[in-house]
Amino acid sequence: MSELKTTTVEINGFPCRVWTKGSGPKLGFLAGLGGLPRWLPFLDRLAETRTVIAPSLPGYPGATGHTELDTHLDWVLAVRQLIDKSGLAGADLLGASVGGAFAAEMAAIFPAHVRKLCLIAPFGLFDDKEPAADPWAQRRDNVPALMCADGAKWTELVAPPEGANSVEWPIEMTRASEAAARAFWPLGNTRLEKRLGLIAAPTLILWGERDAVLPPSYAKKFATGINGSTRVQTVADAGHLAYLDQPDAVARAVLAHFA
Amino acid sequence: MKLMWFHLMPYTELPDDFNKKHPSVWVDIHSSLFDPRRAHHMYNDFMDELEYAAEVGFDAVCVNEHHSNGYGLMPSPNLIASSLARRTTDTALCVMGNSLALYNPPTRVAEEFAMIDCISGGRLIAGFPVGSPMDTCYAYGQNPSSLRERYYEAHDLVKKAWTEKETFAFSGRYNQQRYVNIWPRPIQNDPHPPIWIPGGGSIETWRWCAEMDYVYCYLSYYGYKAGLTTMQGFWNEMSKLGKDRNPYRAGFLQFVGVAESRQQALDLYTEPAEYFYGRCLHVDPRFALPPGYTTEATQRAGIEGMMTKAANLANPSTKAALKATNMKDIVDGGYVLIGSPDEVVEQIRHVGTSLNVGHLMLLLQYGNMSKDVTKYNTRLFAEKVMPKVKDLFGEWEDKWWPKPMARGQRAAVPAFAPQLAAE
Repeated sequence: MSELKTTTVEINGFPCRVWTKGSGPKLGFLAGLGGLPRWLPFLDRLAETRTVIAPSLPGYPGATGHTELDTHLDWVLAVRQLIDKSGLAGADLLGASVGGAFAAEMAAIFPAHVRKLCLIAPFGLFDDKEPAADPWAQRRDNVPALMCADGAKWTELVAPPEGANSVEWPIEMTRASEAAARAFWPLGNTRLEKRLGLIAAPTLILWGERDAVLPPSYAKKFATGINGSTRVQTVADAGHLAYLDQPDAVARAVLAHFA
Repeated sequence: MKLMWFHLMPYTELPDDFNKKHPSVWVDIHSSLFDPRRAHHMYNDFMDELEYAAEVGFDAVCVNEHHSNGYGLMPSPNLIASSLARRTTDTALCVMGNSLALYNPPTRVAEEFAMIDCISGGRLIAGFPVGSPMDTCYAYGQNPSSLRERYYEAHDLVKKAWTEKETFAFSGRYNQQRYVNIWPRPIQNDPHPPIWIPGGGSIETWRWCAEMDYVYCYLSYYGYKAGLTTMQGFWNEMSKLGKDRNPYRAGFLQFVGVAESRQQALDLYTEPAEYFYGRCLHVDPRFALPPGYTTEATQRAGIEGMMTKAANLANPSTKAALKATNMKDIVDGGYVLIGSPDEVVEQIRHVGTSLNVGHLMLLLQYGNMSKDVTKYNTRLFAEKVMPKVKDLFGEWEDKWWPKPMARGQRAAVPAFAPQLAAE
């Protein structure tokens, strides 16, 4: 497995960090709420057999430029450019949570850009009979348990690493939340439902069985809506960011699907 | 000094166990607590109180905008202001204000404010708040990441709608209108009604007010002691920008309870003050900080400790640190000024001079204060306090006050029968 490589691409004149590690066929990863403030054990599992490329969406850790994006079309085009500039066009694409909604958009709107698709508890739908939780209206101490079955996993994700700038680090974490809000406020509903039928790529949908943000029943709505062959798999002992709770199990399922 | 009478219009019958049984007075406060038949009486009492304040000689009556809020029953302050326009004669009408980004299109604000200005003969003060997170992002679903941009754009549109003589097209980032041409137009057209900006302690807002020549208002519920740092910051910034220290550049909110003696004031005002600081400010902290509401510059300043907790209204989570809910702490903290008329005079003069604030907005009704007590507080203030503080800042010109039509040119309001005459 190669060393972690950091490069930067520009989207609308703003820098977006791209992390690359591993060898083998390319696998793109669009992270969920909180983005990637640090490299993850989960990504190491994937990098054992694949070249993992993880671009940061505008506003998420390592990237800015979210404040330029006013409409959903602006966001979709920014992600499309990010996919292109990271060399991910035509590769397998994995997206989780907020990143999952954009991975689904890529597969729907630019089908040639995505070979196989894997979505982990993607945003984009809202069902008023089973409303999703509001990730932007939480008491601070409730956030870890909302994001992960094991709240400590979230706390580890966002904890400032040694030597981090004590002023800029919390601002960067808030910025990630703002970037998510900018694209998905207030309900997480981007009317993705209208475009699911355009997805022809073979799709695996993973959902943490204890997802406290998006009800696991949403998986069925995705599976029903997507046109390509679709399979739903529940991840035991996992919350919304299942890749933090169960890195090995999720990596195994992803690699099997993309094989 | 201008003495302005401000009403929040709190629901006065929240139950004693409200804080235990309900998570928040704001956003998701339960509908079962609202009795419209009781609210009928509350609204009428509150409007009586505002009219009474005008009658006894306050310079302005003030109303403001809140949504889904148990301590603020005015989703539309303009409705109240239009009624006041017909029930008062010379008093300025301060609408503090309309949260510009919530109106679609924002020209609605230009229109309604122009209506109030016309009906009142040019007595409007136009307040333009960004609005609290609870009102704007949660109750009204606005995106916190674009709220401020929308606010500034709406401001540009409203101002142009007031001042541009020809029909124009507005092609903004968030608002596109082919034909902007509001009817009516404000009476105060040189160049437009005075614009006042209620804001937190952000340097950006201070600079903007200075650049636009607007009045900056710090509307904290925590009184002059907690407000000192913010107002000092404001004046330091003004001097850096080469602006004079005209106290009428600023407004400040202060709760007051005046009675014959300090003890009598404590007897009268303890219950309503504890009701307000206990129940009315019981806001679920999950609604305090939608991401993006606070600019990164302000976050940075806050983290770097350039602003004190108490001074930072833009960051309502810091309010949690100010939790005094018993009268002793409320009074010691300076949230509510109480005392005999002479004691209140002394405190008001201190507030005015220490904060250098020419527009003092007074909350003389708060919490579950009854109409009788409110009128008593209001009358005593008008009779015994006001004459002894009005002279403050006499050397300065208030360039930000409404300029109404001459009295003789204004319409007689035939339905108007002063409350005092009937008593």
